[in-house]
Amino acid sequence: MSFLTVLYALLFYTATALFIVGLAYKIRQYATTPAPLKIPTTPAPTTTSGVVLRMAREVVLFESLFKSNKWIWIFGWMFHVSLALVILRHFRYFQESVWPLIVFIQPFGMYAGFFMVLGLLGLWVRRIFVERIRYITSPSDHLMLALLVGIGFSGLMMKFVEHTDIVAVKAFFLGLMRFDLQPLPTDAPLLIHLGLVALLLIIFPFSKLLHAPGVFFSPTRNQVDNPRERRHLAPWAAELDK
Amino acid sequence: MAAAKFDTPNMREYPSIPALQPDATAHLKSFPAAPDHNTFLGFPGELVENWQDKAIEKMGDLLGKYRGFRVFMDACVKCGSCTDKCHYFQGTSDPKNMPVARQDLLRSVYRRHFTLAGKYLPWLVGARDLTREVLDEWYNYFHQCSQCRRCSVFCPYGIDTAEVSMAAREIMDSIGYGQKYCNEILGKVQKVGNNLGLPGPALEATLEEFAEEISDETGCDVKIPLDVEGADVLLITPSADFFAEPHIDGLMGYAKVFHAAGISWTVSTYASEAANFSMFIGSYSNMKKVAERIRKAAIDLKVKRIVVGECGHAWRVAYSFWNTLTGVGSGADDPYAQQLQKQLDHSYPIPQHICELTWDLIQQNKLTFDKSGNDHRTVTFHDSCNVARATRMGTEPGGQFDIPRNVIKAVCNNYVDMDPDTIREVTYCCGGGGGLLTDDLMELRVKGALPRMEALKRVIDEDKVNAMAAICAICKAQFAKVMPYYGIPMDTIVSLHQLVKDAIILPGQGEEKAEPAAEATE
Repeated sequence: MSFLTVLYALLFYTATALFIVGLAYKIRQYATTPAPLKIPTTPAPTTTSGVVLRMAREVVLFESLFKSNKWIWIFGWMFHVSLALVILRHFRYFQESVWPLIVFIQPFGMYAGFFMVLGLLGLWVRRIFVERIRYITSPSDHLMLALLVGIGFSGLMMKFVEHTDIVAVKAFFLGLMRFDLQPLPTDAPLLIHLGLVALLLIIFPFSKLLHAPGVFFSPTRNQVDNPRERRHLAPWAAELDK
Repeated sequence: MAAAKFDTPNMREYPSIPALQPDATAHLKSFPAAPDHNTFLGFPGELVENWQDKAIEKMGDLLGKYRGFRVFMDACVKCGSCTDKCHYFQGTSDPKNMPVARQDLLRSVYRRHFTLAGKYLPWLVGARDLTREVLDEWYNYFHQCSQCRRCSVFCPYGIDTAEVSMAAREIMDSIGYGQKYCNEILGKVQKVGNNLGLPGPALEATLEEFAEEISDETGCDVKIPLDVEGADVLLITPSADFFAEPHIDGLMGYAKVFHAAGISWTVSTYASEAANFSMFIGSYSNMKKVAERIRKAAIDLKVKRIVVGECGHAWRVAYSFWNTLTGVGSGADDPYAQQLQKQLDHSYPIPQHICELTWDLIQQNKLTFDKSGNDHRTVTFHDSCNVARATRMGTEPGGQFDIPRNVIKAVCNNYVDMDPDTIREVTYCCGGGGGLLTDDLMELRVKGALPRMEALKRVIDEDKVNAMAAICAICKAQFAKVMPYYGIPMDTIVSLHQLVKDAIILPGQGEEKAEPAAEATE
């Protein structure tokens, strides 16, 4: 077994573990921290099903962003939807027999790669040229975009320019999942692509990527507007009644 | 510190986003609280010696107590969606008045102390140590946020700068660096019963005077009852309604509505204040203490209903928080809240907004109006930020926009709305909310009023609007003060119930006068 295969295997085990444990830790933290007061941004739904709908519009359509700024919305939405398609497309590399849905979306997922990179570049251009956004930008914000563009670009290279031995790649990942190491091809785009993906998994729970789980816990979006009808009391606040 | 001279911003012909002027309002610092203001509220009198450690400790405490604060610190991706939404940014061009930049003043310290990246790679993620400069920056810029939540409407994660600025103020209070305006007033309301510090006898005299004025005008015996045990309704209204213009006219409007509908009601000396500035400083314990005065007054006076007068943040505290804080509301299963809730009449909303009450009565045809009483006015309505984005009226989402407008249209013939981008859910703050209604921040207040003034000026020019109604004591006081800077007469701002007052016909009103007139024709 080559050194690179072992290295990447260890890298992916580590990255996946950090991703899962780190994310679980943060989600647990969000879920167990009380929201002592009713603070939905109103007008807000008065029922739980209404809140589910509001959250769905927020997560699927980026409703608030749409209200705010059409440029950020179009680039941001393009990136996220494309990313979702691309990730779904990649499921085939982790499945012995591929689900029909995953087969169906293969062509969409392939071309979504271009829109993903396009969306990212649009956001990056704004980050550099719009004064207000440049002002609030830290080096990490540029690096995050670079990382995602790097993943997208190296992926597109493999798909459209310099094919890798995808059958071997699939064997490698299926092997990883069964703790049965298989050799990984060693062409540069693949190694770059996989290295960056592992990096993304690792930094996910430590970075602004926490917006993904965070939005579901945002009290201004996930609370029902019924404070007069139901008494809403956090455990630490209930102590003060005694 | 004499207020420095400043220029009133020019009104923009088209909405435009200003170019950044770093530190344009770095010099604006509201007066810090005196030691006794702080200690009365349970905070250290002056900046404590180990304030850095204490501040970080407090931040950790809040992160564990408030999920919103925790999520908001982590979730921001710096997309820029909120950057042009704040009225203070639009009016001052200071980039630190962009909501995300304001949050980052705190978030940078959060990252340094509570995230791995900030601990080991501070330069990478914009993490900072809490230095004296950073603390002073917190003080100045977190007192340049009126907590109006406009930015939260546009944030894809619902990050609410109001919550962040409340947390920042709570941290500063906890180390002895409170703000004079808020903390002094919070002392008054807890010692005397209202923000004004108006003692019982003075309040009684004032209310009698108003009642006489209404009785003289209408020929009806209208009362503004004080401390009447067994009244049906306890009215909790901002104390500005007892002494400031145009607030007083609103109070007289409520009195006429209660009288016309035959509802027995009372004001309480002990709880003669709807405002609860504890919200502005993020202090749960003080907010509960102030709200408990209302609970006590309701129990002592044995009322069945609690109605809240025209006040924005007070309606937020009442509508969204009273049930949580003190059990003023419905649906509790704990003994503390049930004790009060058994006494209340749950066929009415608890608490109920005065606009909900008036609109209910209008729908039941229990009030009579002569709309020509307002024919000298063309009216528009300013949605107050806290009412618009943190509360509701009626049973449907958005009732907080429709019900006040419905009431106005029921009593006025001439009504127009301002630019849709400046009202309802996306309304602009008056510029004086959130504990900033103090003379030492006049420059900020004038500049922050810019977007509202522009929208108002447009309907003044195009639709001959000469009255802007509001349902918030702070909005009314702020507009009366800043409108002259923009060349708009200060009496353009009116109370919503002032319009009701000028159109309502009380039962029996005018009958005595009508008789001599009839005789004269014989």
